[in-house]
Amino acid sequence: MPTAIKVENLSKAYQLGQIGTGTISRDLERWYANIRGKEDPFLKVGESNNQNTKSESNIVWSLKDINFEIEQGDAVGIIGRNGAGKSTLLKILSRVTAPTTGKISGRGRIASLLEVGTGFHPELSGRENIFLNGAILGMRKKEIQRKLEEIVNFAGIERYLDTPVKRYSSGMYVRLAFAVAAHLESEILIVDEVLAVGDAEFQKKCLGKMSDVSKGEGRTVLFVSHNMDAILKLCGTGILLHNGNILSKGNIANVCDQYMTQGIARFITHKVTKYVLSGELYLNYFSVNKSIYSQFEDIEFELELESSSRNKFDCIAIIIYDEQESRVSVLDLRTNQLLEESKISQKIRINGTCNSIGLLPGFYKMGLALGSEICTGDYLDIVGFEVKKNSKSNPSFIEFPKNVIGNLAIDFNFKTVYA
Amino acid sequence: MNHHNHSWTIESKSSLFDLKLNEVWAYRDLLWLLVRRDFVSFYKQTILGPLWFFIQPIFTTIIFTFIFGNLAGISTDGLPKPLFYLAGITAWNYFADCLTKTSTVFRDNAAIFGKVYFPRLIMPLSIVISCLVRFGIQMILFVLALSYYYFTGASFQVTWAIALFPLLILLMALLGLGSGMIISAMTTKYRDLAFLVTFGVQLLMYATTVIYPLSEAINKYPKYAWIIEYNPMTPIIETFRYGFLGEGSFSWVSLAYASGVVLILLVFGIVIFNKVERNFVDTV
Repeated sequence: MPTAIKVENLSKAYQLGQIGTGTISRDLERWYANIRGKEDPFLKVGESNNQNTKSESNIVWSLKDINFEIEQGDAVGIIGRNGAGKSTLLKILSRVTAPTTGKISGRGRIASLLEVGTGFHPELSGRENIFLNGAILGMRKKEIQRKLEEIVNFAGIERYLDTPVKRYSSGMYVRLAFAVAAHLESEILIVDEVLAVGDAEFQKKCLGKMSDVSKGEGRTVLFVSHNMDAILKLCGTGILLHNGNILSKGNIANVCDQYMTQGIARFITHKVTKYVLSGELYLNYFSVNKSIYSQFEDIEFELELESSSRNKFDCIAIIIYDEQESRVSVLDLRTNQLLEESKISQKIRINGTCNSIGLLPGFYKMGLALGSEICTGDYLDIVGFEVKKNSKSNPSFIEFPKNVIGNLAIDFNFKTVYA
Repeated sequence: MNHHNHSWTIESKSSLFDLKLNEVWAYRDLLWLLVRRDFVSFYKQTILGPLWFFIQPIFTTIIFTFIFGNLAGISTDGLPKPLFYLAGITAWNYFADCLTKTSTVFRDNAAIFGKVYFPRLIMPLSIVISCLVRFGIQMILFVLALSYYYFTGASFQVTWAIALFPLLILLMALLGLGSGMIISAMTTKYRDLAFLVTFGVQLLMYATTVIYPLSEAINKYPKYAWIIEYNPMTPIIETFRYGFLGEGSFSWVSLAYASGVVLILLVFGIVIFNKVERNFVDTV
């Protein structure tokens, strides 16, 4: 088989914090300090970092010297935990962002489904959106015209073709969006997590379509998902990324196995120190008191945020989410006092307790949602912990399987009366 | 189907002047669909639809006539006041629209730019063409006003310079596009610039001959009139008025000067736009 994609020495660096300071007034201040020979008022010096950064600079290598080849017609699963570089790789491949070094060469048109429905306009009808979305993805008008019937049938929206998509149900919306992208005539299809949407039946249809694309039509598919079942079903080969490096590649079953067994999915610990959030804001520490809890135990957490200059906060919250990256809860830490104090204090220390957590057994991660003058955003995958089954549960019954127990564990008591 | 099998490379560096115009051409259908989207979505969201395009210049003209024409008594070169202002407003609006809308192109399209690749130049180009639709509709209003004054015997005449009209449109579009792209590239780094734009455009209007003729400015402020003369929009509006109404300071030299400025800003704008476009996604 001829090569479809060849990646050579590909690296991508991100600058932590900003290259500029974000506003003209600050850049002028910096420039003025510079010409007087004073030190940069916005530069943070003398910090040591954890695995997220090299200690002497604010540069993070999201991908480091990646090399691989993909043969035409291969279906390749790309696996790795959050921040391993999967999305960066797909973004570079779909030309959304440019690599820092290295080169990718390939043959044939690339279609990417990084997120379906991009460019849909709510006021326009389904038909108009098919054309617009198709054109954004790189189709000519004639080509869309030719495929129109097929797209509409696949999405199952015949009756609503001339209705504005704002009146569509979310399911119809996603179906239409996927249908447009899946019918693009491309040699290489890049798919990122689309299967997280739509109902089970439609997901099956999508998987079927993607399998047709790779097996039946001989097109190359790159697939990123956290859904190992889907990846195993669809892909023949896999690439396992970890911290911007390729850890293994080859047969998909082996790669998946390595990902699951070596615990790379659960790489983060319950405690971090000197964690860089941005060039000017970092966590002196952030931890939960244990790495394994049993259900309904209390979780104690503590953290200290330090800003390099005065930094008024308007939001601090802890995000808790599970291994499938779906959000479980948010601990809102805003108080009036905090917002006032953060105007003056550069260090903020918070500790607290989550009382008798109702989490299902599994692995959970914590991140921070921050809003401040210096930086704003969600910082995920900072600490992690595991929840084990409550030892109180009756061992003489077989447990309910995972797919029926729901999302929440409830601490309950009950009585049964027999009459 | 030929372009399907071409080989491509993605590299870390690209040439500064590689404008990928062949790609823009390959995506020309997208350009038209975006223009159509802008028009249809605007039309669908409002009760009055395209009538809105008329309301803004009509009211501005009325207000200018009262305040600057009557109250302040600024000369209009002997032309009927509403006609004088309407000419200025119509042309100015097109430029100002192109500039303000292009200047937010990265911010407005961050979501879509972050997910799909297409030649980014398509977006500002579609904006300039979308604005052209609005300009066309406002020109109808201007022509209606023109014929009204013609039949009521007002003193103005259409001159040969009306033949320059297509050139004027092109100059306004490219001036808005070029400076808009420069600003849009800079706002990805300096967010506070965005606030400056709406305000700056308003101020710039007073430094352009929208509410007064150039002759009047030279007359009253001979020392400072150069500010107005060096403004590339001034020769464009003056030529516009000279073509349609027969009054205004037209000269080939100033028109050539304006074209020169437009060209420089455009080239600079495209280069800086292309440079920012490659890594813009990483900074939002």
